[in-house]
Amino acid sequence: MIEHLTRRLEFFSDVLQLRAHRQQVLASNIANADTPGFVARDFDFKQALGNVQARGSELRAGAMPVLGGSDARHLRTSGALNDVANRHRVQYSVQTQPSLDRNSVDMDQQRANFMHNAIQYESTLRFINGHVRTMLSAIQGQ
Amino acid sequence: MSMFTIFSVSGSAISAQAQRLNAVASNLANADAVAGPDGQAFRARQVVFQTVPMGNNPASAGVRVQNIIESDAPNRRVFNPQHPSADGEGYVTHSNVNPVEEMVNMISASRSYQNNVEVLNTTRTLLQRTLQMGQ
Repeated sequence: MIEHLTRRLEFFSDVLQLRAHRQQVLASNIANADTPGFVARDFDFKQALGNVQARGSELRAGAMPVLGGSDARHLRTSGALNDVANRHRVQYSVQTQPSLDRNSVDMDQQRANFMHNAIQYESTLRFINGHVRTMLSAIQGQ
Repeated sequence: MSMFTIFSVSGSAISAQAQRLNAVASNLANADAVAGPDGQAFRARQVVFQTVPMGNNPASAGVRVQNIIESDAPNRRVFNPQHPSADGEGYVTHSNVNPVEEMVNMISASRSYQNNVEVLNTTRTLLQRTLQMGQ
């Protein structure tokens, strides 16, 4: 029963982690805007969320071992495997204006993506807050 | 929480850009310097950036100044026989700093610096909101 209450929260938790991950990727791109030879990275959010969801349900269904790792001494829990960075791969973004130093960061695009992702992160937070409030009023029954 | 790595990533970028600004400042300050008694005039210095992996996330990449190179452009030579530093032919050797290049470099570094500060501010706001989650 309690699972019904938290299932949606788990979905939002995945979304939030993925947004935080994308924020990090975009911050790295902005930080390396002047580094020669740096290739900008990004990922398709929808596809990544699909991957994360698929892996998450596999984990929950017990199809995957809870403790992963190639060595018995590796301390890897299901939480570690749940980490979004382990569940999908970043790709390289398309170069729009080639530069002489082979740097492919398009600053305008990166900044727009960064702001967009920040807004999406914040809206996900609001969804979670609303959900928590709904659950609280359901529990209190008032 | 993977967002904390952003602070070190953007922090490294800010410090690298500050170093670039520092190089620009020293180049501009020495733009009109002439060769000393040893005949060696000031040479413009440029920083070289390099990507370094940061944190345990393979997708996060910081910046560091890998090397500081000296420009090998020819020195500016001005005919001025009255100058105390003039050589046998009456030429004074100046530094090889190109002020236009340096100004462009300065504006570029300053914009990149601002971008990274903005990234830090946005991240701080997001993390503060995250701390208030469920309240």
